[in-house]
Amino acid sequence: MNSSVITFPGSNCDRDMDVALKKFGFKNKMVWHDDIELPKSDLVVLPGGFSYGDYLRCGSMASKSKIMHSVINFAKSGGKVMGICNGFQILVETGLLPGVLLRNKYLEFICMNVFVKINNKDNSYFKNIKKDTLELHIAHNEGNYFCTEAQIKEINDYNQIALYYSNLEGKVDETNNPNGSTKNIAGIFNKEKNVLGMMPHPERMIDQVLSGEDGSIFFENLINNLR
Amino acid sequence: MIVNEQMAVDHGLKKDEYKKICELLKRIPNITELGIFSAMWNEHCSYKSSRLHLKNLPSKGKNVIQGPGENAGVIDIGDGDAIVFKIESHNHPSFIEPYQGAATGVGGIMRDVFTMGARPIANLNSIHFGSPQHKKTKNLLRGVVRGIGGYGNCMGVPTIAGQTSFDESYNGNILVNAMTLGLVKKNKIFYSKAAGLGKPVIYVGSKTGRDGIHGASMASAVFDEKIEEKKPTVQVGDPFTEKLLLEACLELMAGDSIIAIQDMGAAGLTSSSIEMASKGNLGIEINLNKVPCREKGMTPYEIMLSESQERMLIVLENGKEDLAKKIFDKWNLDFAVIGKTTKSKKIELYFNEEKVANIPVNTLVEYSPMYDRKWKKTKIPKKIKIEKEQFKKLKIINVLNKILSNPNVCSKEWIWKQYDHTIMGDTIQKPGGDSGVVRVHNTRKAIAASVDSSAIYCWAHPLSGGKQIVCESWRNLISVGAKPIAITNCLNFGSPENENNMGEFVECVQGLSDASKYLDFPVVSGNVSFYNQTKNIGIKPTPAIGGIGLIKDYKNMVTMDLKEIDNIILVVGKTEGHLDQSIFARDILNEKNGPPPEINLFNEKNNGETLLKLIDKNFIKAAHDVSLGGVITALSKMCIKGKKGVLLKKPKNLINEFEYFFGEDQGRYIIEIKKDDFKNVTGILEKNSVHYDHLGTINENELIIDERSKVTIDELIKSHTTWLTNYISK
Repeated sequence: MNSSVITFPGSNCDRDMDVALKKFGFKNKMVWHDDIELPKSDLVVLPGGFSYGDYLRCGSMASKSKIMHSVINFAKSGGKVMGICNGFQILVETGLLPGVLLRNKYLEFICMNVFVKINNKDNSYFKNIKKDTLELHIAHNEGNYFCTEAQIKEINDYNQIALYYSNLEGKVDETNNPNGSTKNIAGIFNKEKNVLGMMPHPERMIDQVLSGEDGSIFFENLINNLR
Repeated sequence: MIVNEQMAVDHGLKKDEYKKICELLKRIPNITELGIFSAMWNEHCSYKSSRLHLKNLPSKGKNVIQGPGENAGVIDIGDGDAIVFKIESHNHPSFIEPYQGAATGVGGIMRDVFTMGARPIANLNSIHFGSPQHKKTKNLLRGVVRGIGGYGNCMGVPTIAGQTSFDESYNGNILVNAMTLGLVKKNKIFYSKAAGLGKPVIYVGSKTGRDGIHGASMASAVFDEKIEEKKPTVQVGDPFTEKLLLEACLELMAGDSIIAIQDMGAAGLTSSSIEMASKGNLGIEINLNKVPCREKGMTPYEIMLSESQERMLIVLENGKEDLAKKIFDKWNLDFAVIGKTTKSKKIELYFNEEKVANIPVNTLVEYSPMYDRKWKKTKIPKKIKIEKEQFKKLKIINVLNKILSNPNVCSKEWIWKQYDHTIMGDTIQKPGGDSGVVRVHNTRKAIAASVDSSAIYCWAHPLSGGKQIVCESWRNLISVGAKPIAITNCLNFGSPENENNMGEFVECVQGLSDASKYLDFPVVSGNVSFYNQTKNIGIKPTPAIGGIGLIKDYKNMVTMDLKEIDNIILVVGKTEGHLDQSIFARDILNEKNGPPPEINLFNEKNNGETLLKLIDKNFIKAAHDVSLGGVITALSKMCIKGKKGVLLKKPKNLINEFEYFFGEDQGRYIIEIKKDDFKNVTGILEKNSVHYDHLGTINENELIIDERSKVTIDELIKSHTTWLTNYISK
């Protein structure tokens, strides 16, 4: 399986994602934001970080990077595109995903483990994962997902919610909402479910001695689904 | 503009210093030259009050590759790997403008580390605020924490440990010390020593603006009520540019183009060019019209003294300019050839085709003033006779809850949750333990780092206090299973012109020196911050120590959380019940006099090394050093982390219960071992003449001292975690 991780100026989870993808068997290439063409890829990842210093609006300048034309075309032709954290922010800025990511409700950067409940397993990202909740890690200042009532309706109609913030048992409520996201949304798909954006970082949970191992479940499953 | 003595005084120079400048130059300096002298001769850059004493610190050892004198210290960790590390203060700016002051402190120390070719792999910090009730404290705390996070998070370097304290002596002068560790291959370390004549001098990074002019001078003066007016001397940071600068520098460093490299920190272009020239024993010629400027009409004086951030000066090999430019263009950074190395041994500056400065380098460095300041010895205070009668009114559990919620003991999770501590995927021990630990990427090795200070002890008796911090750093590393290797220090004191403050400095340094020599724990880098003083009130002496240790295989790492019910708890090291200057005496009994705990370096070393042996043999399931709040506080923290309780077994011949539980004797650890290992472990302890007490056995969820004194772990957690979040949200 070939994957590509895009490095924007200010990306800082690009190496971690590269390590994770390779650990689970992807042949990964790092792609510079100023390149025009994507290498042949089964998966394109927009990593976390502070692309363009988060200036103007998180993800907005990166969404206009040269490489993003190819990424958008790749996504529109059904290619798998996954944005983590800042990558998620970039994806909403491109319009590939609905909504926006606002500043966290308590106006503070949050770095902690969270549980997420998988809402939709009928897609290549979560199909065959046995667990219903995963323990992942968040580290962000702008992860407060917001969208209009009309968008929420549409998102629900197309079953686009990927992940909710929850507790270990999968309970989705305000006490398990770290950043104020609408409906506890931690990750969403496009309508076709080939594009996924999520705030939690699976690449930081791939080793028992780190924060935990549920990221390993995610990546192992992902490469098997793409094979 | 003709320079005169008054202008020199306005630049922070003393009259006789000005006289010396005129003598050295054999003429009156011009305004640009005066600015350069004032920047190089101030306390911050010249170490004029401290140099004499710093010489006594041990800086050599078998693992030391580079000691003090470079951008940072470097130690060997085997297999061709080295760790570059340093701690630095950014106190004065952080008080005036907490967000930017703290942020640029973090930016500056990371630059010191990657200047040497190392990729930063961990940040730490030691931050000290005034009394929580002081009107400025809350906002300063918020601003500093956001600033540290704002910069470090964006750079993508995990902040793995830190220390926060509150004390009224910081009401008018907070302390912000930032530390960075970087990883480099031993044969790819870069230094600031220029070499070769006619080599191009390159400016890279951000443009030069008018921010931070005279920042270093501001950091060399006492605060007064007009301090707010100094806001424009605080630098403004841009972590995004620094991230690009980091990647661009490392990309250029992969080749062989660089002869010398130096970041532009305090006193910007002035100190960076002069340091490179001085170390290389040659001259540098700069055309200031070539320096990329943010604003029009900047004068040579402003260009030379600007402390705009995220800039580097590089001496390149001839003919490598195009290759280097291509890399910096790729990262959208400014790049300019601004001068060359010369044989003149002078700093020669040109602007609009006119020579605007012409100063022999040695006058700025070797001939800079050095003072043997007057200082006063602090006598060891008399031991206080604490009336044990008053203990009868106290209930141990109440006291314990009170100590756990003390601002200086309570959980600092609210702070470190705002720092990305997991990025780079190698953090195997997060903040909140004895040390932060990161793996050396792609190996079995791991580096432990801790930052410590004990201002109360140093204030009560600087010599003992100085020793104590080194020992505490050593213990914090050993508690996670790391072999201590070396330290960096950040020496925060009041005015050196006051003989009491100077005495505190001299004796703390003496204490540091004694302990680090004895423990073979050399000081490889550091920084001195004097004038942490508002009018005539100085801070408590606060040397902060950053210690580094190596774990050969991270599967042997130890954490402090209690692991398994029925395991046994031992206290390693002897408890005499020293209460003077303990948190119990100061905050519960309101007794603020007396000596700090005595340091027995032999026991310290022996206890630590024996514990490392036990860890190597895999006997230790959890460990924690005993410090502030004594045995019962340390044990409670282990209970809280592991969400387990302990049934205490009263040691025989118990000294007074309060003395035993809250005494702050040094050289102690609490360890968890398996029942079956009890004989083996105590045998090894006895063989090595290490005192131990059998303290108790782990149970499900209750700390039980006796039938009358017990408490659930949930209650302890509540005491430990609520103070800071309540304080901040009010």
